[in-house]
Amino acid sequence: MLMTTRLRTLGWVLTFSVLTVLSVPWFWWGDSRTAGGIPLWLWWHIAWMGVATAVFYLFSRTDWDRYMGVEDV
Amino acid sequence: MSELTLQLTIIVGYLLVALLVGLVAYRVSTNVAEDYYLANRSIGTLVLLFTTFATLLSAFTFFGGPNIAYAQGPEWILVMGVMDGVLFAILWYLIGYKQWLVGQKQGYVTLSEMLGDRFGSRRLRGLVAAISLFWLFPYIMLQQMGAGEALAGLSGGAIPYWAGAALITVFMILYVVLAGMRGVAWTDTIQGLFMLSVVWIAVAWVLAAVGGPSGATAALGESNPEFLALGSDYYTPQYIISTAVVIGFGVTMFPQINQRFFVAGSSRVLKRSFVLWPVLVLLLFVPTFLLGTWAAGLGIEVPDGANVLPVLLSEYTPMWFAALVIAGAMAAMMSSSDSMLLSGSSYFIRDLYRPFVDPTLGEQREAWLARAGVAMFATATFIASLSRPGTLIEVGNTAFGGFAQLTLPVLVALYWQSTTRDGMIAGIVGSQLLYLSHVFVPTVTVEIGATALPLFARTYGGWDVALAGMALGALVTVSVSLVTSPAADENASRFVLGAD
Repeated sequence: MLMTTRLRTLGWVLTFSVLTVLSVPWFWWGDSRTAGGIPLWLWWHIAWMGVATAVFYLFSRTDWDRYMGVEDV
Repeated sequence: MSELTLQLTIIVGYLLVALLVGLVAYRVSTNVAEDYYLANRSIGTLVLLFTTFATLLSAFTFFGGPNIAYAQGPEWILVMGVMDGVLFAILWYLIGYKQWLVGQKQGYVTLSEMLGDRFGSRRLRGLVAAISLFWLFPYIMLQQMGAGEALAGLSGGAIPYWAGAALITVFMILYVVLAGMRGVAWTDTIQGLFMLSVVWIAVAWVLAAVGGPSGATAALGESNPEFLALGSDYYTPQYIISTAVVIGFGVTMFPQINQRFFVAGSSRVLKRSFVLWPVLVLLLFVPTFLLGTWAAGLGIEVPDGANVLPVLLSEYTPMWFAALVIAGAMAAMMSSSDSMLLSGSSYFIRDLYRPFVDPTLGEQREAWLARAGVAMFATATFIASLSRPGTLIEVGNTAFGGFAQLTLPVLVALYWQSTTRDGMIAGIVGSQLLYLSHVFVPTVTVEIGATALPLFARTYGGWDVALAGMALGALVTVSVSLVTSPAADENASRFVLGAD
């Protein structure tokens, strides 16, 4: 039980870290390809913000209160 | 109707609508301090989201940001996304939600009050309030400078800079004094929605004239192909990371943002705002900054001291629409300023005046004294704004760095029960001293062997010194807490939830 809680916490920490770090597509540094008049790296960022919203939604529906020591307010 | 009359009519019309909303909000408020500052902790999702959003933005969205995008390319969109879309959202949960829970339980109105109570320290309370007001001062000043410049620019100098700044100051005081948090929150919502709509209409208008995004980007590829490549000598990884981290963390300690953490009507409101945050940031900054970038390819010439967006719009859209966008920018500056003034006054009255000058201050008198505080603070920043020191972006970033020094000690205190009063004071004072010395002491270069080492520089190897200050603050807070024991009147259980 404790083990799964810890794994879950680790999972969230990793998820939020990846979410932050890959908001910028570092692997396309210097790349100037465009699609539909928008640089590809900007498309990545736009899609990534969509991913962030989805992850935030998931977090707000599941473990939002777990780390605050409250049941449901 | 002349061009100037029409433009001024549009702007004044906007200001009147805002005042009307404020007055309506005032009629439903009860004039005690909790309602004046926090609207009785009853703000809903849309209003909370937009009131926070609108206060995050100042003239930067319409003027500063597009200007950088015009000169250096659109990578600031990424900085904004990391900073506000992701980092701030995470801190919104870690600091904001925790503060909301603690605030619900203990009835706090300000950050300094919360910390002072937890650590049983009037000194800590006063210290945090004084530091916050210190960094708030230049930031309010910048809004007045921005407004003065915008009106002077719009009227072609017919309204002098000082008159524009004075007009805005008077309106801000009048507005905040009459309406309090409820009024500010409601006009912020109107302003936020207004700004979003205006920006997208502007994009549609310009793109229709230049053959869509492909046409605009093709022109840019001819004139400034380097803008399309990710990164540049200006946008280094160090710059992107430093700026996003320092400002993202700094924003949470801005009095007007931090006070928003106490106002939500329920935890659902906080959750929804948290989820919508990245989308909202995209919706606003992608169009504004791309417009600035595209302007470079469209051969827009920006005169010295002018801003790219109004120039671009007057080229491609009708004059009344350009005036509307100026009104939107003014709206951003106003909502920033009135929220800042309101929060600044509550810090001053509750955390400096009452504890140190007159502890018997009653609630009714407090609400009135807060209004007097707003008037005095705004007048002081107005007088300082007349000297126009430094550029808007430089001074603004410096203020964010100052606030960012507070974030990590506060985060440690919120989650680590062994934090002590001595640890907090040492961490806060230490990081502020490091940062202040780098802001105010001129850079000196020392020769060590064959290498020249700059001291008191604002950046080291491209990294902002504010990051070092943040790390130092966290380190000192934790290590001093480890070697000191809590004083008798410290109460760690204040930040523990669900125990009772």
